[in-house]
Amino acid sequence: MTVYHLIWLIPTLPLAAFLILAVFGGSRKVAALLGTVPVGLSALLVIWTAVTYLSVPPAGHGFSEVLWTWFTIGNFSPAIALYLDPLSLVFLFVITFVGFFILLYSTEFMAKEEGFSRFFAYMNLFVFSMLVLVLAKDMLLLYLGWEGVGLSSFLLIGFWYKDAQDAGQNAYAARKAFLVTRIGDTALILGLFLLLQDFGTLDIPHILQAAPGTWQPGSSRAVWATILLLGGAVGKSAQLPLQTWLPDAMAGPSPVSALIHAATMVTAGVYLLARTHVLFSLAPVVQLIVAIIGAATLVIAAFSALAQKDIKRVLAYSTMSQIGYMFLALGVGAWSAAVFHFMIHAFFKALLFLGAGAVILAMDHEHNMFKMGGLRKKMPLVFWTFLFGAGALAALPLVTAGFFSKDPILWFAMASVKGSFWLWLAAFVAALATSVYTFRMVFVTFFGRQQKEVHYRPGIRIRIPLVVLGVLSLIAGWIQMPASFGHFTPFSDFMETLLPPAVMAGVPAGLEGWLEIATAVIALLGVYLAWQFYVKTPVAVYRFKQTTVGARIYRFLAAGWGFDTLYRVLIVQPVVWLARVDKRDFTDRIYEGVGMLNLWLGRLFGRAQNGRLRGYAFGIVLGAVIVMTLILFL
Amino acid sequence: MSAVPLHMGLLLAGILFLLGLVGVLTRRNVLFMLMSIEIMVNAAGLAFVVGASRWMQADGQVMFLFILAMAAAEVSVGLALIVQMHRQHKSVDINVLERLRD
Repeated sequence: MTVYHLIWLIPTLPLAAFLILAVFGGSRKVAALLGTVPVGLSALLVIWTAVTYLSVPPAGHGFSEVLWTWFTIGNFSPAIALYLDPLSLVFLFVITFVGFFILLYSTEFMAKEEGFSRFFAYMNLFVFSMLVLVLAKDMLLLYLGWEGVGLSSFLLIGFWYKDAQDAGQNAYAARKAFLVTRIGDTALILGLFLLLQDFGTLDIPHILQAAPGTWQPGSSRAVWATILLLGGAVGKSAQLPLQTWLPDAMAGPSPVSALIHAATMVTAGVYLLARTHVLFSLAPVVQLIVAIIGAATLVIAAFSALAQKDIKRVLAYSTMSQIGYMFLALGVGAWSAAVFHFMIHAFFKALLFLGAGAVILAMDHEHNMFKMGGLRKKMPLVFWTFLFGAGALAALPLVTAGFFSKDPILWFAMASVKGSFWLWLAAFVAALATSVYTFRMVFVTFFGRQQKEVHYRPGIRIRIPLVVLGVLSLIAGWIQMPASFGHFTPFSDFMETLLPPAVMAGVPAGLEGWLEIATAVIALLGVYLAWQFYVKTPVAVYRFKQTTVGARIYRFLAAGWGFDTLYRVLIVQPVVWLARVDKRDFTDRIYEGVGMLNLWLGRLFGRAQNGRLRGYAFGIVLGAVIVMTLILFL
Repeated sequence: MSAVPLHMGLLLAGILFLLGLVGVLTRRNVLFMLMSIEIMVNAAGLAFVVGASRWMQADGQVMFLFILAMAAAEVSVGLALIVQMHRQHKSVDINVLERLRD
């Protein structure tokens, strides 16, 4: 009996917490305990599993356990089976570990909110679904988790659906997120049908093993199946063209944004692509599309973030942009670099959201960062941890983890056989924008003149998560050093049994060092620009916004390059028009007619009720005579 | 025993029933309506008794006892209602009760 046989407990603990909280509710104290402790136990279990895995890896570097057969239809019998390998281990670690600290933070953040136990029930449902997603051995079980995270994301975005002020907006944001990701989910299930048809099973290891023998590289089946899988990933991970839901999803509470819309759920697409990387290798065209989608999204989102006023929307666009980096890495075949960036991103982006949440709480739910300012002195701990996270996001060289995870992606974008100069250039330009918008956020929020009183000082349960994630944002990068820094690579060695290293093109030696210096310089340049424009001479930005062209550019970027308007005109309005036209069609007329007839008959017979008793008696006699006549003569 | 022929008995029952029916439909006084109903009920009872004597079965006689019991119950409720009606509306004219429609 090893610890591997206990992995079923990892998702079961949050599920149990969810069920208890959903059925019985409970006081705030009970809900806080039930909401956090099971996930904490799961996290301990994951750490124990990871330690065991590192010391004694299971045979074949993967452990699978079939719990039971879900159902059987003919030859198709998907199993409720768990699969543990380096990839799922990394995801498990992030979900439970970061998840635990976010839940701990929530016990204080949500303390005064209505629906406290409902919040923790939803959060545990989410953690459970996400754990099922990454532990599933069968694609169908993965899909169950996939839909579960979509559902809990919907529930949590609309958590404040009763708030008098913007309840409509919150509910709208929740519906939008659900519907837009549904497009991707539909693509994913179609992709699963294709896989089922070709392989006769949805067992992931089996498919990955059989795929090279079944599909010719570049064959149309491979292309279609991977395109559909990619569709699912694009929807869940808020990449072009299904990215519009993520900025609106910020309507949910800050811990939700931290856990679901930054650290874990939105990276489910990255997980799916890394999990099925064998299939994508068989469809080079689709892999190129992945890289292009990633590059396009990271540029678009990075520039949109430059013009946001809402601190959480800045972070939302930055999440899109960072996942764009991961997609770029997946597209150029640098699988483990993508997973590494996922992990580091989960640390620092969760930290930034939690920091932003603390600031928003202190500012009495003010989201506009231009109304904050000068918080550095008042909230030093939040400021310093936020600064660490911001440094990691901007990939400040050497001192932050973000540098060690983002730099390889830029390097592989250039140097892998699937990379190109243009992909690198996009990532490079966006890196400058990233650095500028990150430090714009830091300077506007924490520097300058204070505009509003601090209403609330974070307590211990907010501080601990900030400090833990802040430390991780600084040091977690050291487990994967580039070649020019001593080539210390335990992370990619760990992933190597599963994810092959990127195939390198023949690039001149020494280029990597120069590119690293270029990335480092551009990150620092971004900080300098942000300092120049938002601390020293904010007038310049103001003047730029006053000009016609400047205002137009600003509005364009603030609206996220106008995708919402585009979709409203292209899709929403035609569908609404069609629905309105369809409302009065032939079929409806028939049923409307039935209703009208009944109404008319009712009015007609209603006249018979005139109150004259003798009339009623006569009616009875008449009816009896008619019935008797019918019986006698028919 | 010279029995009354079946058709004569049924004819009498039918005539009584029709008399009662016409009474119910034409009288405005509730008391008379109630009496007409009694006539109809007894006409039905007569039909049972005639049938019973024709086929020499006790069922018809038993049925008549039931009808008597039912009629007694009905009359007690009906008279109580009429007393109430007279107290509230100062009238036993059935047309006065039209206002109960609404």
